[in-house]
Amino acid sequence: MPPVIEVRELTHSYSVGTPFEHVAIEHVNFTAEAGEFLALIGHTGSGKSTLIQHLNGLLKPNSGTVLFHGEDIWKDKKFTRTIRSKVGLVFQYPEYQLFEETAFRDIAFGPKNMGLSEAEIRQRVLRAASFVGLTDRLLEKSPFDLSGGQKRRVAIAGVIAMEPEVLILDEPTAGLDAKGRQEILSNIRAYQKAQNATIIMVSHSMEEVAELADRLIVMKNGRVDAIGTPSEIFRQAEHLRAIGLGAPQVTEVFRLLREKGLELPADTYTLAYAVKALCRFREGGGHA
Amino acid sequence: MSNIITAENLSFAYPPQEGKLAIPVFENLNLEIAEGSFTVVIGPNGCGKSTLAKQFNAVLLPSGGKVYVLGNDTSNEQTLLEIRRTVGMVFQNPDNQIVSNVVEEDVAFAPENLGVPSAEIRKRVDDALKTVGMYEFRNHAPHLLSGGQKQRIAIAGVLAMQPRCIVLDEPTAMLDPRGREEVIRTIRTLNRARGMTVVLITHHMSEAIDADRVLVFGNGGILADGSPREVFTQVELLRAANIDVPQTTALLYELKRQGWDLPLDALSTEECAEAIANALLTQTERSQK
Amino acid sequence: MLKDITLGQYFPGNTLVHRLDPRTKLILVVVYIVALFLAKSFLSYGLVLAFLVLAASISHIKPKALLSGMKPLMIIIVFTGLLNIFYTTGDDAPIVNWWIIKIYKAGLIAAFFMILRIMLLISGTFLLTYTTSPIALTDGLEALMSPLKKIKVPVHELAMMMCIALRFIPTLIEETDKIISAQKARGADFETGNLFRRAKALVPILVPLFVSAFRRADELATAMECRCYHGGEGRTKLKVLKYGKDDAIAFLAGILLLAGVIVLRTFGL
Repeated sequence: MPPVIEVRELTHSYSVGTPFEHVAIEHVNFTAEAGEFLALIGHTGSGKSTLIQHLNGLLKPNSGTVLFHGEDIWKDKKFTRTIRSKVGLVFQYPEYQLFEETAFRDIAFGPKNMGLSEAEIRQRVLRAASFVGLTDRLLEKSPFDLSGGQKRRVAIAGVIAMEPEVLILDEPTAGLDAKGRQEILSNIRAYQKAQNATIIMVSHSMEEVAELADRLIVMKNGRVDAIGTPSEIFRQAEHLRAIGLGAPQVTEVFRLLREKGLELPADTYTLAYAVKALCRFREGGGHA
Repeated sequence: MSNIITAENLSFAYPPQEGKLAIPVFENLNLEIAEGSFTVVIGPNGCGKSTLAKQFNAVLLPSGGKVYVLGNDTSNEQTLLEIRRTVGMVFQNPDNQIVSNVVEEDVAFAPENLGVPSAEIRKRVDDALKTVGMYEFRNHAPHLLSGGQKQRIAIAGVLAMQPRCIVLDEPTAMLDPRGREEVIRTIRTLNRARGMTVVLITHHMSEAIDADRVLVFGNGGILADGSPREVFTQVELLRAANIDVPQTTALLYELKRQGWDLPLDALSTEECAEAIANALLTQTERSQK
Repeated sequence: MLKDITLGQYFPGNTLVHRLDPRTKLILVVVYIVALFLAKSFLSYGLVLAFLVLAASISHIKPKALLSGMKPLMIIIVFTGLLNIFYTTGDDAPIVNWWIIKIYKAGLIAAFFMILRIMLLISGTFLLTYTTSPIALTDGLEALMSPLKKIKVPVHELAMMMCIALRFIPTLIEETDKIISAQKARGADFETGNLFRRAKALVPILVPLFVSAFRRADELATAMECRCYHGGEGRTKLKVLKYGKDDAIAFLAGILLLAGVIVLRTFGL
């Protein structure tokens, strides 16, 4: 079976034919499987935003293809439109797109555009709201009266309500405090598990990415620099630092401990694993 | 050291709106900011830390109590400009504080308002832009710059007033790691090399590591006040107040809960590794005996 | 994309024309327009055209740039020309006399002059915006209109508003782009349907845009207050406008142009 998303030799330039022409991404290749959690990391300007806008057909590639279940998303106009609901894209600061009188109606915007029946729309809105933990009372409020974190969750629910097979989020936790971040991340996890959905998340927090992702895609200057599991990627902490990304703090601590001659695992990147490894090391009297 | 800002029994509530009661933000707060100090204020979203910052230069006035800037009462109209030029303020969204579409014209905005002679404005603008490392961008249009660069322009715009204190309200919240680094480095230089008083409001704990003082704000009051080491070791308190502790502290805290004998105040990755190595060493020594 | 539209139409440069005081350029444009409307003959139009060509060549602005700026206005220019051709009557016999259409030689001449006048008018004002930064233009306008303060015209406030508008146009365009993309990602359709449906489809763009613009305005006002803004009173300027030798030369050229056109007009040439 073909993967849910397959990107082949994707290249895109902006302002083609003007003096401002510049290449945003080139020769990008990767695949995403059902139920997989991918994290997209890289600097501002490394092409992450351009890449994700290709996955739901908002941008058209200059060359290369994006395949959804093996089919080119640009094969015909109708198919491209249906892709928008199958590959849901949550932009950065999505709360700035809210416009309806109530949170309920705002979440219903996507399903309504899909041409679903009233009953089906209602069901989807409620289901999406439960994924992001919005109560009925909040759904009847104006989205502009909600707190920052709640607005963000309404906006994410607006995309989840289309029940996409692939959910892409551009820095969904930017600007939130600790509690807000944890809530959003566990909402995303809940959706992934319940629908066996593919998640592609752009993030600047290596700690966040290390906890959640099955695989990481590292972008650099419009190209894919590396793809691999967190342990494969964070093993090359030196290289990550060279391209200005760095590794989670625990990975750094473990690297320093290993430099001190302690035989600890090099692929430590989450807090829970670090604690376990250290305790095992201590009980083993100096052996992991 | 003398205090540049003093808050006495400060209370503030947003005035009642149609059908809603007045919302108290904080009550009976007492606080002093020492001249030349670097203070970091941390707290969850909506805890009132921005509202507090706006009391420091009379953008908001107390509903009870007093705030003094170098002895001047902020509610006194007569000294309003004096207070605002003494305590400069930088906000979260760099886009919404830049007034002109030429960098140097924007930096000149405050001295122009203060009626500074043109030749002196030129000098201040150049100085301010050099201080934040944006001099070569003086003729650029701000909207074409990166977030970190824009925020540094905003800082330069405040520096051109030649303030004694600069209050920054989550200046890095909308920036990527590189921009965040640029801005924090700039702020640190201002404090260390120029002796400027800095009040930095943030929810990134990592930005508080080399402050002189950390204030934890929450539930309308000050929950903790002390050096970064004193504050960061209170992991339960911070977590209860919805504040993320750095992963290094979290690691030490977890190990300690598993019965390790460790200090909690190792903040940098180097100190953290050192502390763990020491703990392991003493343990093996003990088991060898 | 909206981003590709270049606004503010300013081509930075360091020519004599670029360096002129914005007040000089504004006054010269007024003089130029007056001369243009006083011109009646081939000779006087030639004089105005020569003045424009001279100014354009000094400022290194290519004729192509001036002409391409006229494209969006082409319909109006052609329409005006046609009106003049069909509605001007002359004393001599019509050149074309077919059905209800009568075209006279006078009509053709009138149309020619009318089109020439519009094109010269547009090119002249474009030359001003091409060679003067929006901020200098605002400063110049503020300075020239400052006598109006005496009759309570809020000159400073108007100039400040213009400056802020110029600053925020690119930001709001970028924001509009983002909102459009975000709503498209939720399946919004802006391309199909009748006029009513399309107008309705704009709601999801306009509401967030207005909400955001108000939020920005609010934050900007606070930031300006923090930077000691208290109206135009007692304000100084980073760049003080100063007339120099170049400005004197430019004024002289403007006076010569006006005098030339008036002389030609008096002698009926």
